[in-house]
Amino acid sequence: MSETLSAPYVLEYTYTRSTGPVIGRFLENLRYEVLEGVKTADGRVLCPPLEYDEEGEPTTGEFVPLRPSGTVKSWSWVPEPRKGHPFDRPFAWALIQIDGTDNAMVHAVDAGKAKRMKTGMRVRLRWADEKNGTIRDIACFEPISPFMPGPVHLDYQVNPGKHYTAYLRGLEQGKLIGGKDPQSGKVYVPPRGADPVTGNPTSEYVEVPDAGVLTTFTIIRIPFEGQKLKPPYCFGAIVLDGADTPIYHLISGVPHDEIRMGMRVKAKWKPQDEWETSLENILYFEPTGEPDAPFDSYKEHL
Amino acid sequence: MRDVAIVSFSQLPSVKEIEAADEPELVQPVTSDAMKQVGLTQDDIGFTCSGSTDYLPGRPFSFVAAVDGLKAWPPIRESHVEMDGAFALYEAWVRLMHGDIDTALVFSFGKGSLGSVPDILNLQNDPYYVQPLGLDSISAAALQAQAMIDARKATERDFAEVAARNRKNAIDNPNAHIKGDFSVEEMLEEPYISSPLRKSFCSPVSDSAAAVVLAAGDVAKKLVERPAWIRGIDHRTEPHALGQRDLTTSPSTKLAAEKAGVGKGKVDVAELHAPFAHQEIILREAMGLGEGVRVNPSGGALAANSLMTAGLIRFGEAASRVLSGDADRALAHTTNGVCLQHNLVAVLEGE
Amino acid sequence: MAEHCAVIGIGQTKHRESRRDLSISGLVRDAALRALRDADMTWKDIDSIVIGTAPDMFEGVMMPELWLSDALGAAGKPIFRVHTAGSVGGSTAVVASHLVQGGVHEKVLTLAFEKQSEANAMWALSPTIPFQPQLVAGAGGYFAPLIRSYIRRSDAHPDTGCMVAVKDRQNGMLNPNAHLHLDQTLEEVKASPMLWDPIRFSETCPSSDGAVAMVLVSEKHAGRVKNPAWVKGTSVRTERTFFAGRDQVNPAAGKLCAKDVYGEAGITNPTKEIDCAEVYVPFSWFEPMWLENLGFADEGEGWKMTMEGKTKLDGEMPWNMSGGVMCTNPIGASGMLRFAEAARQVRGTAEQHQVDGAKVAVGHAYGGGSQFFAMWVVGSER
Repeated sequence: MSETLSAPYVLEYTYTRSTGPVIGRFLENLRYEVLEGVKTADGRVLCPPLEYDEEGEPTTGEFVPLRPSGTVKSWSWVPEPRKGHPFDRPFAWALIQIDGTDNAMVHAVDAGKAKRMKTGMRVRLRWADEKNGTIRDIACFEPISPFMPGPVHLDYQVNPGKHYTAYLRGLEQGKLIGGKDPQSGKVYVPPRGADPVTGNPTSEYVEVPDAGVLTTFTIIRIPFEGQKLKPPYCFGAIVLDGADTPIYHLISGVPHDEIRMGMRVKAKWKPQDEWETSLENILYFEPTGEPDAPFDSYKEHL
Repeated sequence: MRDVAIVSFSQLPSVKEIEAADEPELVQPVTSDAMKQVGLTQDDIGFTCSGSTDYLPGRPFSFVAAVDGLKAWPPIRESHVEMDGAFALYEAWVRLMHGDIDTALVFSFGKGSLGSVPDILNLQNDPYYVQPLGLDSISAAALQAQAMIDARKATERDFAEVAARNRKNAIDNPNAHIKGDFSVEEMLEEPYISSPLRKSFCSPVSDSAAAVVLAAGDVAKKLVERPAWIRGIDHRTEPHALGQRDLTTSPSTKLAAEKAGVGKGKVDVAELHAPFAHQEIILREAMGLGEGVRVNPSGGALAANSLMTAGLIRFGEAASRVLSGDADRALAHTTNGVCLQHNLVAVLEGE
Repeated sequence: MAEHCAVIGIGQTKHRESRRDLSISGLVRDAALRALRDADMTWKDIDSIVIGTAPDMFEGVMMPELWLSDALGAAGKPIFRVHTAGSVGGSTAVVASHLVQGGVHEKVLTLAFEKQSEANAMWALSPTIPFQPQLVAGAGGYFAPLIRSYIRRSDAHPDTGCMVAVKDRQNGMLNPNAHLHLDQTLEEVKASPMLWDPIRFSETCPSSDGAVAMVLVSEKHAGRVKNPAWVKGTSVRTERTFFAGRDQVNPAAGKLCAKDVYGEAGITNPTKEIDCAEVYVPFSWFEPMWLENLGFADEGEGWKMTMEGKTKLDGEMPWNMSGGVMCTNPIGASGMLRFAEAARQVRGTAEQHQVDGAKVAVGHAYGGGSQFFAMWVVGSER
């Protein structure tokens, strides 16, 4: 006998539902982006409005306008929506008690991420762009953040000081420029207007090699706002040879567990045709392979 | 009121799919077997009642085809409910109160494999406010499960433990198909289908058919040695809208259990129709079933769940333990609707 | 039976092709409220509810009793849903009466409804299922060949069907709740187009929205009203759709159903002991066919009773005084409308379509391929 016979069969129909005076009014007003509830005989308000309350008593037919927001009473995150669900990307079902009402409405919350969902959270209604006279004229609800966004935007035109300009112009040439205090002989990278110890103005610029000692460092593991790199990565203080202050940069080209204080490192530059007036011309510092600097030689920088 | 008892029970093993079997092919084996167990034929049966739903095969009047699985000649006294077979049992029980007939045949059948049961059950939702959203039965149950967690009545681990216990019980049940000693830890690693429900917290979708014979008074005593007497049976419903109920409790089950007299004696065995693990917790609390009760020795709906038949199977499983002497007093429960809206409870006793 | 059961409240909606003014809940509630008012009761007095409706696909709500529970004040009560195809309205009333007769409940509200305007009855009745040949187009297509058989077997006068249509529609004119109010002459009916030969358009029932409800109580509560209708007998019988030797024109299940209910009610001679009947006639020719099937006429003679005017409102054996299914057909409710209208007759509350002095009446419903039958006999005496 051959295999079982099988064929697909679709049961499909669009019903034309008569809604009656209570449900009809509610759905009609959704078209005008007006959310209403109905009063029960004992003074409660129901949204969505029902014709009869849970005791079987008819509701009064008296409507009250409602704010399109509410509180989530229960929810369920759907990572893989089914056909027929309100979204085809992950979303949450929820029972939402609209502000000022005594029951809850079943609907969807477009929360973006599961961890955004919490019983008791506040949500606001999002209207559908195109209305068709059904409960889907409410597209969904979305989370109301407890924080008010306070964007700030100010435009400036800045320019670095003379010494910092020299530093950047140096970098543009592939050079690291420091400033020397004539009296103490200390070299600051980048150059500063005055030696912080003596107060003397920097008198001359000196070029320092792009290699030096990694005095201290950290491995960054946590993500944070505005971060450009994906953790983990190493960030450290490098005292370039001939300089008396460290610059800070990334350390790479070496497994994190092999990075050591005192390690000799050298700059890895971007291709020359990409150089700009920026420290970012140096991609990172990497070990030279030389023996580590003795502790005493850099301990004052710690 | 007359004493009415369940005197026999037959079921097709619940499986994911019973291939190539139409309604008569499902119905004929179980009805003839249930009758044969007590030496009866259709001619001896006073009243026949069945439970099924058109929406499983997607065909209106689908129960009409089932009649072709019976010997309906000469024409039989017959009725049908668009509900689980356990409710057909209730109708048959009521019919036997009349006093003019002494036996009834009850059956149900359902092939969940033909369509998508969670989506079909969206049609039980409010047609104006919820159906257009496509709230399937798993998502609806998930809202109830989350409410339990929020109310600190249970945790996901509790759900997993219920699932593990039921499926371990099912190892001894040749008619269940999701059975084994499953790890709670592994269940808790499963991805969510609709949080907080993971696949293991939900019943399977099964195909099956089942039948039961009821008999009254002395006729029952003649047919079997130890009839499973229906000492009390009642059903109650609750408001429909999910947003108007406390989903963490089941007042209709509590009331039905009271009316059926559950609390009047010790319950040895309880077969509870809980298609989702968290619902078993709600039902136990509603009926006051403590630690001493053996719950779902068959594995319950978590081990096999043929829509429209699972409830009747709960009755059959409870009754067989009374019939065999394994239990003196058993409880059978069936639920109908979304998130336990409507519940039927019966108390069965041997003598 | 252990207990006596009485009908003390009856209510129905105004039936129409489309009740767009009401939701499904509203429709059901309308009928229920009328029945409660008729019984001088409130929702709180009801112990249990039994509801009947035909396939869920007509309204697209699975197990509508769950959703209608609020509209029916059912929270905390048992609610039960019967579905036996076209006979459902009748079998629902039978189940409700058993709850009372069996001593399970004392006051039962029973309802049946259909809101066919929400969908399309033709679609719901005949979806295209794979592997099943599409042989018929609607119910008319199924029954027309049977009617042809009857006409041949009985050598009936060809106008018989049209006479039924005229009579039922004239009766409908007297019934404010009926859907169709058509005053047609025999010539107009005969001239209407043939739909499924030999069934003409005017010999066919309409598609309606409607609901009907009754309050059934035990003897203890029957005294609430002065004129209860007592349930003297109920019966249901089923046979298979197809089997060798099946007589679909004069089905055995129908005959046996009638025999059962007459036996229970103590009726030995239907034509003498029954005053009137409300019988499920969706296509005109079913009147003569059922006259024979239910024992009101000998086999082959039913059409004579119709042609002689005996089934008219003022005739010897009035049938379908309300206008019947030919005037109003919300499929799930039609069976219960027959049972309810029979009860109205013996209560004396049928107003303009009342049969004077009616004391015993029959309600009848059938469904499927003439295979499900439900009947009851009601009387003004206990």
